[in-house]
Amino acid sequence: MRPARDVAVVAFAQTDHRRRTDELSEVEMLMPVLHEVLDRTGLKTSDIGFTCSGSSDYLAGRAFSFTMALDGVGAWPPIAESHVEMDGAWALYEAWVKILTGEADTALVYSYGKSSPGEVRDVLTRQLDPYYLAPLWPDSVALAALQAQALIDAGDTDEPALAAIAASSRDSATANPHAQVRGSRPQGDYLVRPLRTGDCPPVGDGAAAVILAAGDTVRGLCERPAWIRGMDHRIEAHGLGVRDLTDSPSARLAAERAGAFERPVDTAELHAPFSSQEVVLRKALRLDDSVRVNPSGGALAANPVMAAGLIRIGEAAAAIHRGESDRVLAHATSGPCLQQNLVAVLEGEPS
Amino acid sequence: MSKEPVAVVGIGQTKHVAARHDVSIAGLVREAAQRALDDATLTWADIDAVVIGKAPDFFEGLMMPELYLADALGAVGKPMLRVHTAGSVGGSTALVAANLVAARVHGTVLTLAFEKQSESNAMWGLSLPIPFQQPLLAGAGGFFAPHVRAYMRRTGAPDTVGSLVAYKDRRNALLNPYAHLHERDITLEKVQASPMLWDPIRYSETCPSSDGACAMVLTDRAGAARSPHPPAWVHGGAMRSEPTLFAGKDFVSPRAGKDCAADVYRQAGIADPRREIDAVEMYVPFSWYEPMWLENLGFAAEGEGWKLTESGVTELDGDLPVNPSGGVLSTNPIGASGMIRFAEAALQVRGRAGEHQVEGARRALGHAYGGGSQFFSMWLVGSEPPSR
Repeated sequence: MRPARDVAVVAFAQTDHRRRTDELSEVEMLMPVLHEVLDRTGLKTSDIGFTCSGSSDYLAGRAFSFTMALDGVGAWPPIAESHVEMDGAWALYEAWVKILTGEADTALVYSYGKSSPGEVRDVLTRQLDPYYLAPLWPDSVALAALQAQALIDAGDTDEPALAAIAASSRDSATANPHAQVRGSRPQGDYLVRPLRTGDCPPVGDGAAAVILAAGDTVRGLCERPAWIRGMDHRIEAHGLGVRDLTDSPSARLAAERAGAFERPVDTAELHAPFSSQEVVLRKALRLDDSVRVNPSGGALAANPVMAAGLIRIGEAAAAIHRGESDRVLAHATSGPCLQQNLVAVLEGEPS
Repeated sequence: MSKEPVAVVGIGQTKHVAARHDVSIAGLVREAAQRALDDATLTWADIDAVVIGKAPDFFEGLMMPELYLADALGAVGKPMLRVHTAGSVGGSTALVAANLVAARVHGTVLTLAFEKQSESNAMWGLSLPIPFQQPLLAGAGGFFAPHVRAYMRRTGAPDTVGSLVAYKDRRNALLNPYAHLHERDITLEKVQASPMLWDPIRYSETCPSSDGACAMVLTDRAGAARSPHPPAWVHGGAMRSEPTLFAGKDFVSPRAGKDCAADVYRQAGIADPRREIDAVEMYVPFSWYEPMWLENLGFAAEGEGWKLTESGVTELDGDLPVNPSGGVLSTNPIGASGMIRFAEAALQVRGRAGEHQVEGARRALGHAYGGGSQFFSMWLVGSEPPSR
């Protein structure tokens, strides 16, 4: 289905993602990024029709953590604003729908996450079924390892192939000044068998922001806008035991609804925090070797939780802005073993 | 490009109580969602997308609960969004869901908000550790009491106004089978004799801690045409936010609230809210917020809100009934409280509010706020489809 309005990503900015940012509060980490996207378009906060953000209280370790971030936006005079307790990619989705209604012509979307204050592997266990699963504290790496083993057992991959994905991601990240892990490194020891350190994302802090604009508003804000041709997201069952972990029907359905299969894409930015998850997504999204996957380095090079999905959409748009890509698939995920997936298809006009 | 009109065709609530030990979180939300589907005579298969909202995840100790609740809410294979905008979240969640229909992304959307306060302790969940906040600001009452005091000083309102609101809302709750507090022996004297918690707020002028969920089915024109019961039509909806603290902030009547109401009235073509709106479900967690919001929402001139309360205008049989359901003062599953306001407003214009029905209500306002009086969400619903 073609969206009711033409909406484009006109600007994207992100922090340099780092292992720790002890000297910065969330709002201090976020503010430079907000300024950067606004400066890039020449827009002021008061020009923005709708603002939407994504973050998690569980990372911040305090309730209502997003209210502090609002100070960085400068919400005075009052602004039309909303927040999702999800990755920023879903904040972008909410903002996109808002623009589609015609109630706004521009939107500022941002998200941020500091994983450094806590143990993110432990924190993410709090996402699980609180009665039957969370009390066992199965951490995010252990669950991803179950998925990786299922893929190996099914003959979909093996350890050398996973190592190749990890190396390729970090080689690509050499060209990305924002990435946390740049350049390939040894795969290291097993963290949770069959996943080695190299198969797992770095833990770190970061923020990102995007500006959306509709129709004629886009002109003058961006030389080569990244038009959103479609966007959709789907969720799967929570219980890992009822899912086929070697496949991602939700990602495939979201891609189909976003129009990803209508014409081939030249590039894909996949939110695959573990090397094994890239295998699942390549299969579900029907990406063959002709598609450039994660030229930014992807989540294996920088994985600021709650922002890493929005960064995929931002990187996809930036590739179009720079004229390096014409049609890009951007993907974001949430939950254990790719439970929830979002797909956006972005295009540049022929130059 | 015109928006698709949005109709509310199904509403479901749980019986709100202090602790639902008999159900899990999934069981609680499923109960409200099933009732909303039953009201709409729809099945899970008719739902295109699910939008849920709740207040901070710490209130249950469950991070990003949409992941765990996907199965219980029939969302597997569908889009699922989770909104969190502090106390206004129940309202914001309904608006995000309504936009999916208005933008013609989906035809029929299930929206739901919940809180299961018995799983944790909200007061301490709200009390931030040092150095984020000074000590002795325990719970929301400690934050809001000084602003109530400022209102009293500014307007010269008599000390008794707060107790009148509480006495009215608790009596209205007796007519609402889903309300948490059913204090059959309530008297004004009892309210006024209850212990002082955060001066000037007495125990009986505060909201309870509730477990509860509220769900609505929103749909497009075609969906509304199939509805067996009269729908409520969305005539306007808006959100506004401002920072928590800044020099010059008016905590008594925040500008974000005024701007939000003005936006909703503009969309709905309301020039004189006092005359044109038949019922109001506003977010009153502490009694004095009724006169304060009456002014902020444009129902009374500045300094005059308490006079409406005092003269009985906001009673169920007054000419501007406020919180006929019993309001937040009688029921407070925090994350759901905003959606209950929105849903109760819709029940009024559908003529399905039962014993607390406002006779002939054609237009009703649902209102929610949160954070440090900084996040606002509102919608105006009517018995007829919007003409503009």
